[in-house]
Amino acid sequence: MTFKRLHPIALAAGLALVAGVAQAGEIRVMCYQDGVECDVTAEQAKRFEAQNPGTKVVIDVVPYKTIVEQLPVQLAAGEGPDIARVTNLGGLSQYYMDISANLKDRKYWDANFGATAGWLAPKPNDKGIYGFMSQLTMTGPFVNKTLFEQAKVAMPGPKATWDEWVAATTKVAKATQTKAAMAWDRSGHRFAGPAVSYGAAMFDAKGEPVIDAGYKAAVEKFVGWHKDGTMLREVWAGSGGSTYASSVDEFINGNVVMILAGSWQINNLNKKVGDNFDWAAVPNPCGTNACSGIPGGAAWVALKTSKSPKEVAAFMDFIASEASYTEFTGKTFNIPAHAALAKKGADYAGATPAVSNALKVFSGGVANLAPAAYAFQGYKYNRAIMLPTVTRVTQAIVGEMSTADAVAKISTDMTDAVKEAKK
Amino acid sequence: MGRLSFFFNLLEPLFRLAQRLLGTQKVAWLFVAPNLAVFGVFTFLPIIINFFYAATAGVELMPANRPYSGLDNFETLLKCGDYTDLSTCNKDIFWRAVFNTLKFSLLQVGLMVVFALITALVLNRKIIGRGFWRSVYFYPVLLSPVVVALIWKWLLQSQGAFNAGLVAMDMQPIEWLTVSDWAFFWTIFVSIWAHMGFYTLIILAGLQAIPKDLYEAAEMDRASPWRTLRRITLPLLMPNLIVVLVLAAIKAIQVFDEVFVLTGGGPGSATTFIVQFIYQTGFAEQIQLYGLAAAASLTLAAFLVILTLAQLRLSRADEMGKRER
Repeated sequence: MTFKRLHPIALAAGLALVAGVAQAGEIRVMCYQDGVECDVTAEQAKRFEAQNPGTKVVIDVVPYKTIVEQLPVQLAAGEGPDIARVTNLGGLSQYYMDISANLKDRKYWDANFGATAGWLAPKPNDKGIYGFMSQLTMTGPFVNKTLFEQAKVAMPGPKATWDEWVAATTKVAKATQTKAAMAWDRSGHRFAGPAVSYGAAMFDAKGEPVIDAGYKAAVEKFVGWHKDGTMLREVWAGSGGSTYASSVDEFINGNVVMILAGSWQINNLNKKVGDNFDWAAVPNPCGTNACSGIPGGAAWVALKTSKSPKEVAAFMDFIASEASYTEFTGKTFNIPAHAALAKKGADYAGATPAVSNALKVFSGGVANLAPAAYAFQGYKYNRAIMLPTVTRVTQAIVGEMSTADAVAKISTDMTDAVKEAKK
Repeated sequence: MGRLSFFFNLLEPLFRLAQRLLGTQKVAWLFVAPNLAVFGVFTFLPIIINFFYAATAGVELMPANRPYSGLDNFETLLKCGDYTDLSTCNKDIFWRAVFNTLKFSLLQVGLMVVFALITALVLNRKIIGRGFWRSVYFYPVLLSPVVVALIWKWLLQSQGAFNAGLVAMDMQPIEWLTVSDWAFFWTIFVSIWAHMGFYTLIILAGLQAIPKDLYEAAEMDRASPWRTLRRITLPLLMPNLIVVLVLAAIKAIQVFDEVFVLTGGGPGSATTFIVQFIYQTGFAEQIQLYGLAAAASLTLAAFLVILTLAQLRLSRADEMGKRER
């Protein structure tokens, strides 16, 4: 092939790559990973291609921020990949494609993913199949066990309150000269767990979102812990707006004794902490009303922008099969959302004791989830609560407004956003 | 060269045909048409679309799905219970962004012009390694704003190089980017560091255009350096300084990338500027308020139009002054 012939082809391929647009017989999958999720899916895609000559699967690995910020804009503009791994399950449901007609065995899907299928449905009682949960997740804390041992401070028990954990981690931080006792991910989703634990109902009797006294109590506690130095300032005060910031890097670097993140970080911690220190997942601390985290997860969803619905359904069938799902769960150290696998128990081959223990803690924590936590996760506009929380609570932390004003602003921002979204 | 003239020879019959069909006057439009089309599609059309979005509501991107809302977005954006208390504003973060942008523009532009002038005056003298120093000051201009911000973030973060230096000297580390005043200071400093070289170059060009005989005459008259600066250099440099002032002011009002990477607009809203507000409202939040973002961007455009008109007025006044002299 001469350069002259190659050039326009390369240009077209380049443009297609930039735009993330699939060619005929090609499926583009937009994937983010906390650990090795996309790597495992890429291995499976190769096996799928071998079994299905003529279909090519391109896994575009993107940062989580791209999924959160750019994918919705692409989809709203009628562009986008064929399949994506998303966490805003209900929020993007209007763009999902029903693949039920092209699946090999619908009964298999209903039996194994039926419990969470409603999270992806655009409307209540919708019987379509739009994808499946690649894993279940739950928000929850991790602690640096080595620092506790060095400080000779006993770790609080499974029903300990946030105040007890604050007292213990503060002692540890002082004794070990650690920068701060605690950090929470800069995320309204993570914040919602303690808020529910402090009695936030999240919704009123009509099912409309509400910022109540329980939510306010959690904001007051959290802002107070920043002001007294319990919380590491960088994570929340280090950004503006509602930008997400993870507390995990600070934990890995030994700057905090305890973080509030979630089960999806298990593999990441296992990989990055290595032998530097011993870590453990612990049950969600209690507030005044509950000891709850927030459930959630990521889902593989088929998108209406696809021009290859049959190939998309075939690939979804492949990665949702029990064999593929078992492999994915085992290698990524996630909590399965597949009913049969959950019943059998996943085989986390090569999992370290810390990973096995963490998976046990998070799986066990599902029983403690408050009803408000489930309701919050299933609410289509839950971002309208999460995002103003991050912005306004940060403003209270840095002293731009009082905690009472911040809570009032969260409520106004949330009401305005939901009203606008419903227009 | 030969190939090029061959190419134009091939086109000549086409040009002649176009001239015969359209006439000498109209054929000019044929040549500007491609540029006009690009300008129309990528500049004029977005402006019109922006007006449309500003006058519609909802979170849908497709125009057909957006209900008409008149001036509601502007009202939401601009309305305050009490304009002396930002927390009473509907969109207090927009107002904070406006004040931050004004404060940033005044301080950054003022300081940058002064530093650029001083640097240009020094670099215009016969100092050792003049070429090297000119390159040193111009080098940051060649860097991508994101690279600039990442370098400084690495230096300023809590466990960055600056704090490592402080700790090595037995001093307490400073939260450079998580304390509002420090964060604001560093946005100004980094911005000046990154852009000063460009403006220094413009002023330097102006200095080199001032006739040397004026300085020789001043020297013969035993004028002091300060008097020479005030009576010769600054008046003759004024056209360049006006250009620098206006360009720097427009760039300061549009500030986004460096600050977004360096501080993310934080802590809180301490370094949130108008463009970041627009970006976050329209794109970064998952309930995307395109109408509100469009209204904010039109407000920003109004600022910039006022600034450009002021530049035209200043330039004309300067020209008139010269003519009268």
